[in-house]
Amino acid sequence: MNPSPLTTRRPGPTTLSADPWQTHAGSIVAIRDETPGVRSYDLSIVDAAVRARYAFAPGQFNMLYLPGIGEAAISISSDPATPQLLTHTVRAVGNVTDALAKLVVGDRIFLRGPYGKPWPLGDLAGGDLIFVAGGLGLASQRAAILDVARHRDRFGRVTILHGAKTPSGLLYPSEYAAWREAGIDVDCTVDAPEAGWTGSVGLVTDLLAQLPLEPGRSGLLCCGPDPMMAGVATGAAKRGLGPEAVWMSLERNMSCAVGQCGLCQFGPFFVCLDGPVFRYDRIEKLLGVRCL
Amino acid sequence: MTNPLPAKIAVAAPAHVRRPRVAVYKFASCDGCQLQFLAAIGKHPELLSKVDFVHFLEASRAVEPGPYDIGFVEGSVTTAHDAERIREIRRECRTLVTIGACATSGGIQALRNWGKIDEFVAAVYASPAFISTLATSTAIAEHVPVDFELRGCPIDTGQLVEILTALIVGRKPRVPSTSVCAECKAEGVVCVAVARGVPCLGPVTQAGCRAICPAHGRGCFGCFGPSDTPNLVSLNLHYEAAGVPRDELLRLVHGINAWAPPFRAEADRLAAAPHVKVAAP
Amino acid sequence: MILGPEALQRLIEVLALEYRVIGPTVADGAVVLRDLASADDLPTGWIDEQDGGHYRLQRDESAGPFDHVVGPHSLKNFLFPPREPIARFERVEGVWEECAPAAPERPLAVIGMRGCDLAALAIQDRVFLRGDSGEGEAIDPAYQRRRNGLFLVAVDCRRAAATCFCHSTGSGPAACSASAGRQADLALVDLGPGPADGVAPCAGPRRYECRIGSERGAAVIDAIAADLPLRPSPPEDVAAAERVPVDLERAMWARERSDGGPGRSLDMENIRDLLYSNLEHPRWLEVADRCLSCTNCTLVCPTCFCASVTEVADLSGDAVTRERHWASCFSLDHARMHGTSVRHTTASRYRQWLTHKLGGWIDQFGTSGCTGCGRCITWCPVGIDLTAEVAAIRETPAPSTGPTP
Repeated sequence: MNPSPLTTRRPGPTTLSADPWQTHAGSIVAIRDETPGVRSYDLSIVDAAVRARYAFAPGQFNMLYLPGIGEAAISISSDPATPQLLTHTVRAVGNVTDALAKLVVGDRIFLRGPYGKPWPLGDLAGGDLIFVAGGLGLASQRAAILDVARHRDRFGRVTILHGAKTPSGLLYPSEYAAWREAGIDVDCTVDAPEAGWTGSVGLVTDLLAQLPLEPGRSGLLCCGPDPMMAGVATGAAKRGLGPEAVWMSLERNMSCAVGQCGLCQFGPFFVCLDGPVFRYDRIEKLLGVRCL
Repeated sequence: MTNPLPAKIAVAAPAHVRRPRVAVYKFASCDGCQLQFLAAIGKHPELLSKVDFVHFLEASRAVEPGPYDIGFVEGSVTTAHDAERIREIRRECRTLVTIGACATSGGIQALRNWGKIDEFVAAVYASPAFISTLATSTAIAEHVPVDFELRGCPIDTGQLVEILTALIVGRKPRVPSTSVCAECKAEGVVCVAVARGVPCLGPVTQAGCRAICPAHGRGCFGCFGPSDTPNLVSLNLHYEAAGVPRDELLRLVHGINAWAPPFRAEADRLAAAPHVKVAAP
Repeated sequence: MILGPEALQRLIEVLALEYRVIGPTVADGAVVLRDLASADDLPTGWIDEQDGGHYRLQRDESAGPFDHVVGPHSLKNFLFPPREPIARFERVEGVWEECAPAAPERPLAVIGMRGCDLAALAIQDRVFLRGDSGEGEAIDPAYQRRRNGLFLVAVDCRRAAATCFCHSTGSGPAACSASAGRQADLALVDLGPGPADGVAPCAGPRRYECRIGSERGAAVIDAIAADLPLRPSPPEDVAAAERVPVDLERAMWARERSDGGPGRSLDMENIRDLLYSNLEHPRWLEVADRCLSCTNCTLVCPTCFCASVTEVADLSGDAVTRERHWASCFSLDHARMHGTSVRHTTASRYRQWLTHKLGGWIDQFGTSGCTGCGRCITWCPVGIDLTAEVAAIRETPAPSTGPTP
């Protein structure tokens, strides 16, 4: 199964056989240092038949498993046109991600997926796109950006607003030139400039406030920490982008990824099944409730 | 007690590099937790091929000098000398793990913290002048930063093996922070409080013992210390309303982990508050 | 079909040929579900007194083997056990491989299941057997295997505990209900001691009206009938059996209407929106003062399905079993993310439980998660009563703030 580009329908989990827990071995093909503490891992599924039928849509995630260590939900950051190679960009912050950081090219890890609702690129075709990403949040959007770049003629104006604490925290900087070449505006801002930084200083919401946009034909796709996304939604509303024009990718504790373990619940939703990408009007009220 | 799940643990060198050098220390304690080490080694002799116990006086007089990758500390701080010694130990251990109720909360001997030490010393010793002791028995974490706590009186060998396994492979140890109730239910043990009216600290005590007391028909007496969000006031109000005398509840809380902050606060509340008959909820 | 005591014993023996037979028995001061060796293991002569945080067995010489209500265990303990391996990995010559799943165990036959038990089973089926509709849901293979092999003997309740409110949730007291999707292979109604031949009335052996609900059920009855003559139920017995749940339901509604009576009920009307429009209700803080966050309610609940997975490794580090175990939204770990818990207050955890059980469940599975069995009330160590919590919120709802999520 190969998904049509810009699909809104998500491919079901490729590894979903009789057993949702069944994983597939993957081999680490390449490891790249991205920002301090963050690395990208290119994985190739070992079983050729599984590799051939694996397909995903931008915004979906895999469960990555290391025996004896545990499992973690990680966005797929690579081009959906080449699902034979799956990139996961990971910050070492927990058992699994810490252990990942100790692996080397050629090491084996296990994965199952893809899971979750993707970014609604198909629905947004014909309009303008605004990607807003805080820090590592860009990892969940890179697949969408590559997909859009590949089908650039299907969209109007496409802008990436990317914010990080420091310039060295900006993700995928070496790719911005190629994205710009493809006709995508990339605008970055940092909280704390370092020597040599000539770009913006401030929050991504400041960039959003100055961005020329046409509310009626724009969709905003947002990923970052919860408070940042709430700020972006407020900023978007000020620019005339209502909650039905804003999508967010949420993160919660996750174990099964198939709506059976209950851990990722957010109000009436399973983040694994109903998300991680939600249209903001569905979750606006819930995001305002403390400790939900 | 500190949070049993620190964000990050300084981990010993990976097993394939070299075996972690482990030290086991004793402070004011009964040695029961160290015996659990020996029991764990007895059950899993392969432990000896995974770590080097290079400073473990309960097991061997041969002691290699520090620094050590992992230090396990049994017992509480009760003397000025102990208070100094634990600081030295902290300096020579990359990862410091406290084991047992004494080390993690001050132990049963922390009951002295409510009394007058001079009176105890005078009552017990023929020559009180020779006794040099602090007025309190306190947890190790009150003196130095602790990386991980293993609760229990004594500690559970399964949890001990888990923490060693975790430190060897370099991940966070997994120790439940839920209440003993979760273990009763997982084992199919019928609740002694609900079905038999036995006052039980299980609902406010951290799991880890596999519900050994309720499984044998008696109430939990809290030897694994407080669970992650203990509500002792509500539990004891309920027991009191059901007719359990307040002094019995106080005795229950004044137990092995009496000085653990939630238990300590509840003991003080029970001792201070006037006895009022509360209507059953 | 009328079964006598010998036939009940024979039923267990016939089932044991093919199944692991589970049923109610007295242990540790309660009626629990355990392996049955004979009908003598059933809790004949015992009834249970239940209330918030309170359960006591009482001797009642007139009580039949099924005159207790529900105990702390449910079908969940067997179909979705507290701990089970879900995968195993081994490292051979430095390379990890996933191993084949464990061999299936003996199928289960469970005797004495009530309306709330069958309702709970139907709800857990929706969780674990959702299948793949293309939306990413899955079937849990171990649950499915046990479920397919399961042989159910239902029994109609003849009495209700003070904690029972199945009449208000539509999940009882009738054990089987075709319209509600509650089915069993065999369904028994205890008609009490029968007339003894020519002597005093109602001093004879106990009789059970038995209905057959499946081909497997019919085959088991045939096997019993091969040894014991079974006679069809006379019309008056059929009528008496049909009256048992009807009378009990009427009594449950009646006791609830009488002021200060022992009954409970849960007003299910619009309950999802009621809870989701009251996420900031002060009652959550009030109940948090009493709640122990001890997880008991979720673990005795026959429908709660939360679970997490632990890596169980031996010291060699070369073999790992992935063990799924029950989790609870009352534990700090449930919503742990990056080292802290999203729901760090007890109020937020109780709110999660209740809004999920009675609200979110409807979005997720098209049904409330509550069967009115009352276990969460009885086995809460401090007797928190969800029917009272819902009623309190219903009494003073927050002003409407527009549509709920």
